[in-house]
Order: sequence, then C-alpha cells, then structure tokens
Amino acid sequence: MTTATSASGLDRPRKRFADYLETALPKIVLGPTLLIALFFIYGFIIWTGWLSFTDSRLLPRYELAGFVQYVTLFENERWWTALRNLGIFGGLFILVCLVVGLLLAILLDQRIRAEGILRAVYLYPMALSFIVTGTAWRWILNPGLGLQNLIRQMGFESFTFDWIVTPGMSIYTVVIAGAWQSTGFVMALFLAGLRGVDDAIIKAAQVDGASPTRIYTSIIIPSLRPVFFSALIILSHIAIKSFDLVMALTGGGPGFSSDLPATFMYTFAFNRNQIGLGAASAIIMLMTVVAIIVPLMYSETRRGHLGR
Amino acid sequence: MSTLSIINVKKRYGPVEVLKGIDIDVKDGEFLILVGPSGCGKSTLLNMIAGLDTITSGEIAIGGRVVNDLSPKDRDIAMVFQSYALYPNMTVRNNISFGLKIRKIPKGKQEETVNRVAKLLQIEALLDRMPSQLSGGQRQRVAMGRALARDPALFLFDEPLSNLDAKLRVEMRAEIKLLHDRLGATIVYVTHDQIEAMTLGDRIAVMKGGEVHQLATPQEVYDDPADLFVAGFIGSPPMNLVRAPVAHKNGKVGVNLHDGGETFFLAAPDAVQNGLSAWNGSEVVVGIRPEQITDDLARGHERSDRIKRRAKVDVVHPTGPDTLVLIQLNDTPVTCRVHPETRVQSGDNADLMFDLSKLVFFDPDKETRIR
Repeated sequence: MTTATSASGLDRPRKRFADYLETALPKIVLGPTLLIALFFIYGFIIWTGWLSFTDSRLLPRYELAGFVQYVTLFENERWWTALRNLGIFGGLFILVCLVVGLLLAILLDQRIRAEGILRAVYLYPMALSFIVTGTAWRWILNPGLGLQNLIRQMGFESFTFDWIVTPGMSIYTVVIAGAWQSTGFVMALFLAGLRGVDDAIIKAAQVDGASPTRIYTSIIIPSLRPVFFSALIILSHIAIKSFDLVMALTGGGPGFSSDLPATFMYTFAFNRNQIGLGAASAIIMLMTVVAIIVPLMYSETRRGHLGR
Repeated sequence: MSTLSIINVKKRYGPVEVLKGIDIDVKDGEFLILVGPSGCGKSTLLNMIAGLDTITSGEIAIGGRVVNDLSPKDRDIAMVFQSYALYPNMTVRNNISFGLKIRKIPKGKQEETVNRVAKLLQIEALLDRMPSQLSGGQRQRVAMGRALARDPALFLFDEPLSNLDAKLRVEMRAEIKLLHDRLGATIVYVTHDQIEAMTLGDRIAVMKGGEVHQLATPQEVYDDPADLFVAGFIGSPPMNLVRAPVAHKNGKVGVNLHDGGETFFLAAPDAVQNGLSAWNGSEVVVGIRPEQITDDLARGHERSDRIKRRAKVDVVHPTGPDTLVLIQLNDTPVTCRVHPETRVQSGDNADLMFDLSKLVFFDPDKETRIR
C-alpha cells in the first residue's frame, strides 16, 4: 500500500480502487435504469407530443401542423362520449372502492376469527388481470348466460338485468367489474392504516366518552388521511388508463357507448390509421393525470414538510 | 368525595388468573402508586378501574358508587397514557376540549377550561399546533391537560413518564407532584420505576404475580419490607440479601457472616430477637441496605448498634455523590455505599461500618419476613 505523510506527520493511507467503487456503486447500479426510463418514458412522451401536432395518418410525419388534431378531437362526438364515460366510470369507481374498501377494513378490524382467510378472499381479485375480470364479468352479466338467466330459471320470469347490452348503461357494468377487482386492494390499504392506530388513542377516546361511531368518524378515519391520499392516487390512475377491462368486458360497445379515452386512443391510432389524432388524445389523458395528481402531491408533501 | 375502593377484585383470562384478589382503599386526595415488574397485573388493574377491561369478580367503587357495570365515560375518571395517546388529527386545543365537546358542555365554558388548563401547564403557546409538531415532554403536558380539563373524581396515570428521556422525566416527576399538591386530586399511578414510586406516592402498592405484596407509605416500604420480593424490588442499588446461619453470642441472637476468612457476628435488632431465636441453627436471609454498610467518614464513630469490620474490596463504582464498593459476604456480592473521599481501590482491605439497627430477616423458603 502506498502511504503518504499528512500535515500532522501521521500515516495517511490513500484511497484505493475498491473504495472508489464503493462510493460510486449506487450511481453505477441506478444509471442504466435511469437512462432506460428517460428514453422509453420521457422520450416517448415527447415523441407522442410532437406527433399530436402533425397530421400523421398511417405513418408518422414530422412537419408540424399546429392544433389541427386537437380541434378535430374535440369536434369528434365519440371523444366526448369517451370523456363523459371517464367521468362516470372514474367518479363511481373511486367512490365505490373507497367506501366499500373502508367499510370492509373497519369490519375486518374488529378482531374477528378467520381474518386471514377473509382478507385473502377480498384481496384475491387483485391477483387477476383485468382481462380475466372483464371476461368473467362479461359472462356473468350476459343476459342469456349469466345472472339474468339464473334468476329467471329460479322462477322470476320478469327479472331483467341487461345493462351490458344497453347503450346508456354499459359503462356502469365496467364500474361493477372494476370495483369488484380493486376494492380488496383498497381494503388492504385501509386495514394497514387502521392497524397503525395506537390502541391507547381508542382507549383515551373511550375514557373521554366518545361512542364507537364517534371514535371512527372523529378520530380514526381523519387520521387515515395519508391512506386516503395513496388510495386516491392509485385508483385515479387505474381509472384514467383503464383499457383492458373495457376491451374484455364490452369492447367499447354496444356501438361506442362504453368507450373510454384509452380505448378511443387505441382505436384511432392503430385501427383507423389516425396516429396524429390518437397522439392528441393520449396527450389530453396525460394532462388529465397531471392535473389531478400534481396538486394532490403538492398539498400532501407540503403538509408532510410542516411535520405531520 | 373522590375515594376509590377495590374490594377482592379478581381477573381471569381463561385458566390464567391475572389478579388474585386485590384489596386497596384510596382516600380522597391520596396519591397511590401501583408498582411492580412487567406482568404483575398493575396495568390490568388500572384498565379495570378505568372500565376498559372487565372484572371477573369483586367490586370497584369510585366516590362511594360501585362502577362495575358502568362504561368508562360514566365513571368520572380521566386517564394519561404511556404513549400519550393524543388524537393525531386534532390540534392541541381540540385534543383538550374533545372530552368536553362529547359531554356537550357549552362552547364558552369549553374555551374557558382549555385556557385555564393551558395556563396551569404552561402550554398556551402550543394550543394551535398538531401533536406531531410537539416534543415528547410537550405531548406529555397536553395529555395531562386533556385529563385535567375534565376535572374528574379520579386521575389514572399509566406509566406516563416511561417514554421521556432521563432529564425530562425528573422534571415532569416534580411537576406531577406539584400538580397533585395544588389540585388535591385523587390519583392512581402505575409505574415500574421504583424511584418514581418512592418520590411521588403517598402510599405504594407493590405488586407481583397478581397480588399486592405490600401497601404502605414509601418510607415504610423501604425500611420495613413485608417480604423478600419487596425488599429486593424497592431501592437502588437494591438491598443486599445474604443467606446466613443464625447464632447466639453474648446473650443475643444474630447471624454469622464471613468474607472468605474470619467469621463475624451481626446481632439482630431488639425487636426481632424473639422471632429470630426460633431459627437458631438454621439458615435465614439477612437484608441490609447498601447505605448501612459504610465507612467512618460518612457515618461517624462506632456505637453499640454499629460494628466495624475489615473486608476485601472486589470492585469500586464511583457514582459522584457516593462510591459503591462491592465485597463478598458468605460468597454473595454485597454493595456498600461509602463516602467518595474514602479512596479505596479494588483489592484493598477497607474498614467498613455495619449499621445493625435496620437489619431485616427473611424465611429463605416462604420468603416471608421474620419478626
């Protein structure tokens, strides 16, 4: 080992290659991932953004054409249907998941027997892909095969449940299937949050004279705020990019009555050779996600900064 | 009248008996300490007084009213928890007034109470902060403020100082004591820290294995322990407990000790002469506090109930105000407390003065006191 003499006259061993490697290791390991992410995520976002300002049809063309695709997009009735459906689906899907998930979590938190099994039962749909969920629910909701047929066979001849083939109602079947799949996951989030609440807080509230309902509404649920935030972020991005579920369940039909922006984008970019229009709709979706998540993140992290 | 009576209270979880018949009476304005090692049932007892846990048999009465079947909110109690248990989503102000709001006390009165309590505990500046923005000591004050705001018949403290650092603990201990003197409140206080028990309590209940081993004033518990467990538990450093054969010398009963060499005789105090004589020839456990084995400098000169002996010093622990010296008696390590100016070193032979007036003796099998 080479040694030098320091100002104080003591031995001072030099840094060796292994020491340099040790300090640089995190950067070396993270480097490729960062490059890949930069190229394949942000690079392609920029590419899509560029395409949305051209009049590309079957193949990409790179001469800028201004906002022509966006104008066409917002004159397209099918796009408006997709946006309206996103409002209905996103709103109901998030609401149902949060309410039912929280309720299930509170019920499971009462130290009941067989909690482990029940938790797995509720969480299991999350293990399925949306394609499987969509296919299964397509059969369940099919008037001739599923629920309607079953109940009619039981003797209720006039029972009708044909939302999946009714233009105005088909989007609600997507809500049912989506909520069925994601509620268990939200429940698991809330359950973890509930388990993190100190028992002593509940005891203190009991001594203070609060009823069980009051303890939940005034203390426990408000203290789950960060969990609500995480659940909201996860659910809203599932809702906005929802594609496979609609494809498997209704295929966007009947007609285009259950189209969502993602299925719209796919149809126009790849089936109808309108890459420019597809790119424009993709950018609008990205903007929607940004518009929802950025303010939420900002307010939550600011609260965190204040020492929550 | 804020009295508390615990009458033959038992608690059983399945086949396990956690509390084996507890009888305690707390007078109005008294500060009672429940102290004992973990698992002795002291926290269970406190939860049962609060109504957070049910009683298997027996009776608990607060202010002359049997509360067995009342829920916590109807028992007129307030509780301070070890983890503070502040409501994390509420400001300090709302934490303190939550109990009042639930009881539908008018807004103006609530505010008045919050301000009075905040002033008493000097937390006025913190009222609009969230619990997460407070330090441990401040949280502890808020938790006490929440209890004080309710003005209950009985205060329950569940190891309130265990989560604080040593310096803060001493400060808060003094404050709790001051608060008790000022308010004259009836308090039941659970702790595993025997120093807290000694300094705070009007009376101490020393518990172990679901039983109260001794219920007395701190000084009585210290000087006159009821059994071997209490003797070993109270005091820091703990009482030296040495097995020794009972013998007679000069018409007095006492015990023989040796430090590896010469045997010497410690005569028992007059009060136990009769009791101990029945044990002549067999072994007993003799208890002697470290401060009763000391040196000339600290304790003055030889008297009839003090004898001087030389002993070999094994280890020396200087603590500042005292120096603790370890010697061997009857092959048991024994701690002695000497003056720090006595410069002894390990390996030396030191002159030590044994104060015989407070010797206590125990039955080695039943662990009971020999009187």
